Amino acid sequence: MFSRREFLKNTIKGAAGLALPLTALELITPEMILALKQDSAKTRWVFLIDTYKCVGCGFCVKACKTENEIPYDANVTRTWVERYVVTKDGRLYADSPKGARDGFTTNKIDLGLGNYKDIKKEEINKAFFVPKLCNQCENPPCVQVCPVGATYQTADGVVLVDRKWCIGCGYCIMACPYGVRFFHPVYNTAEKCNFCYHRISKGMKTACVEACPFGARKIGNIKDPNDPVTVTILTERVSVLKSEYGTKPQVYYIGLSEEVR
Amino acid sequence: MKSHLLRPVYVVLGIIAAILIFRMLYVPKDFGVHERGYMYGWYRKGNEQEWKAVSIKYMTTEYCKDCHADKISMITKTPHAVIPCENCHGPAREHPSDPPKLSIDKSRNQCLRCHYPLPYPTSGRANIRGIDPEKHNPDIECAMCHNPHKPGLGG
Repeated sequence: MFSRREFLKNTIKGAAGLALPLTALELITPEMILALKQDSAKTRWVFLIDTYKCVGCGFCVKACKTENEIPYDANVTRTWVERYVVTKDGRLYADSPKGARDGFTTNKIDLGLGNYKDIKKEEINKAFFVPKLCNQCENPPCVQVCPVGATYQTADGVVLVDRKWCIGCGYCIMACPYGVRFFHPVYNTAEKCNFCYHRISKGMKTACVEACPFGARKIGNIKDPNDPVTVTILTERVSVLKSEYGTKPQVYYIGLSEEVR
Repeated sequence: MKSHLLRPVYVVLGIIAAILIFRMLYVPKDFGVHERGYMYGWYRKGNEQEWKAVSIKYMTTEYCKDCHADKISMITKTPHAVIPCENCHGPAREHPSDPPKLSIDKSRNQCLRCHYPLPYPTSGRANIRGIDPEKHNPDIECAMCHNPHKPGLGG
């Protein structure tokens, strides 16, 4: 029979044992710590966008949809271009009709629900275009939330989606702070920009970079110190989107403004 | 212990064994933790190859220049030199075998992507000459007067 003293002792031991997290029992070897510190990958793909050069022609969006087999008329796209117009009375207008697949061929801002705002030249304080695409974050929140291991990050930093493994729960679409993910209308799985993984892994540039007539988009390897993109990122004034989320996005912008969300 | 007490235990053990066997057969061998660790790298390795195998559609101007050197030498003397061939002619894919003939986008919208005047300071767009599409010969294709490879009039 248990004595009261013994019973209390065992209860405390048991509770303490339960409170001990399982990870504390894992043995960490020096090799494991070294492997975590030394990043052996020779490639880390990053993107550089010069918003001064972008003219909003939308050729990048057109090329991306064709290259990556995204249904052309469905209102989903892996990359898109946003237009920002700040007027002299301090108002901000932004639009991206069809993701700018057909460019911006009117000065009327698409306010949604069939409403348009015609802004005259004299009213504009500043106006510019911002191309957007997947940031291939160093800490991708979309990958963390996947319950089935269908989305993941490769050794060279690109976040991919396994269409065979994706169950279409949509958690990743909700988790992305940049709104780059959507459902593919044909496969009904999560879809996103993957820096044209089939092209960059063969030494080519992405379809959007090739389609841009003005050099507003560039792709590079940040592990290569001689890569022009790396040089620009390390020596010039660049910024990223929503750094406050701690996702460490790897799409760098020249000429980003406070208005850009 | 009496057998009627053990019976549900066997059933539960059987279910667990069935699940484990199903998992062993269903989950591929290359599914597991890879380079980016458990948090970001828990996936089916074979999927990387599937993405790399996607077909390339845009072959870039490099691919065109050997056969169409005449067109390229013409356009490189104009401001349109920066525009890749496939932006208007569509992806080359495996041209000339597949497709044997490329399409040409001659729509007015194609030209207006750059030549609709948007006077946005700090954007390169402000430096491109534009036309008002409602006043500038609204009913005809731009290419009727402007050769896209030599865009000045009479090209």
